[in-house]
Amino acid sequence: MRKTITRENAGGRAVHDVGGLDFGAIDRSEHDLALWEKRVDAMMILLYSKQGLWTVDAMRRTIESYGEQAYDDTEYYEKWMRAMRNLLVEQEVLGKAEIEAEMAEVAERHRKAGRSVPVHTVDWP
Amino acid sequence: MMHDHDHDHSHDHAHDHAGAGHAHPPQRDHDAGPMGVYEVMEEAVRTLLIEKGILSHAEIAVQMDLMDSRSAALGAKVIARAWVDLAFKQRLLADCRSALAELGIDIGQIAEFKVVENTPATHNVIVCTLCSCYPKLLLGIPPAWYKSLAYRSRTVVDPRSVLAEFGVTVAAEQTVRVHDSTADLRYIVLPMRPAGSDHMSESELAALVTRDAMIGTAVPAAVRS
Repeated sequence: MRKTITRENAGGRAVHDVGGLDFGAIDRSEHDLALWEKRVDAMMILLYSKQGLWTVDAMRRTIESYGEQAYDDTEYYEKWMRAMRNLLVEQEVLGKAEIEAEMAEVAERHRKAGRSVPVHTVDWP
Repeated sequence: MMHDHDHDHSHDHAHDHAGAGHAHPPQRDHDAGPMGVYEVMEEAVRTLLIEKGILSHAEIAVQMDLMDSRSAALGAKVIARAWVDLAFKQRLLADCRSALAELGIDIGQIAEFKVVENTPATHNVIVCTLCSCYPKLLLGIPPAWYKSLAYRSRTVVDPRSVLAEFGVTVAAEQTVRVHDSTADLRYIVLPMRPAGSDHMSESELAALVTRDAMIGTAVPAAVRS
């Protein structure tokens, strides 16, 4: 059997199907979650297990549909946050336009408070 | 994680500009650092969900506290019980859900748990190649490396070299069994009780059991008398 080594020769695999590939040495350092990451964790669990807005499988399907670059270049809770945004729109809980408008408002408020905030947004879905 | 780098970066600037006697800026670290776009998204989505009455500040806070309260200490308690009570160990291996219920632990309806036992012949290690499935209830939030592409990709194909990176040497004659977790079935390793621990109480034993020992990337050290 040919041993798959990297993304480049991973054939037609889906982006999340990385078992048997080789992404190099493991960074074993411990990280505490940032406050916003803890909030994402909490909100996600409340929305699917308490409110029943979607299942854990739907969340995985959403994350697995990101392109390879977005999948490899985003942190764990960034993937979760994007999934939450997309699923809230899919379930018609929130609209794309109101999320974009609120994000612009949040960014502007923090900029005025002297914080550096990126101008780019995150592609849909 | 990139956020830690951002954080350090802002400190560097403070040192560059502040001069002696003012080494640190006021306590504004988290507000003053660059804000990531996903952090902006989190605040925006949270604001909208609260405005619409879908979530409340209070329930988000309660859920965050609940996750903070979950740690490997609970898993360690289960392992220590299995070490001192052979009948319980057999039940735990045969039917994890019922055995945990005996200890007042309800694993809920999301997934089943399975305990895999280390023996002199077999070392077990858990991974989730597809995502990050993990027995959070017993071990808390998974470490970043468990969710990393490097750990997920290599553990199933070359577990001995992965274990070596963690400082675990598995004898050539010992089988390494890798368990690939799914959303519906999460594994936890029952490590071997370390040599020299015969005299120890159940709670002393629990203190020997680390998170990594229950993932399989560590082995409890022998106890020195």
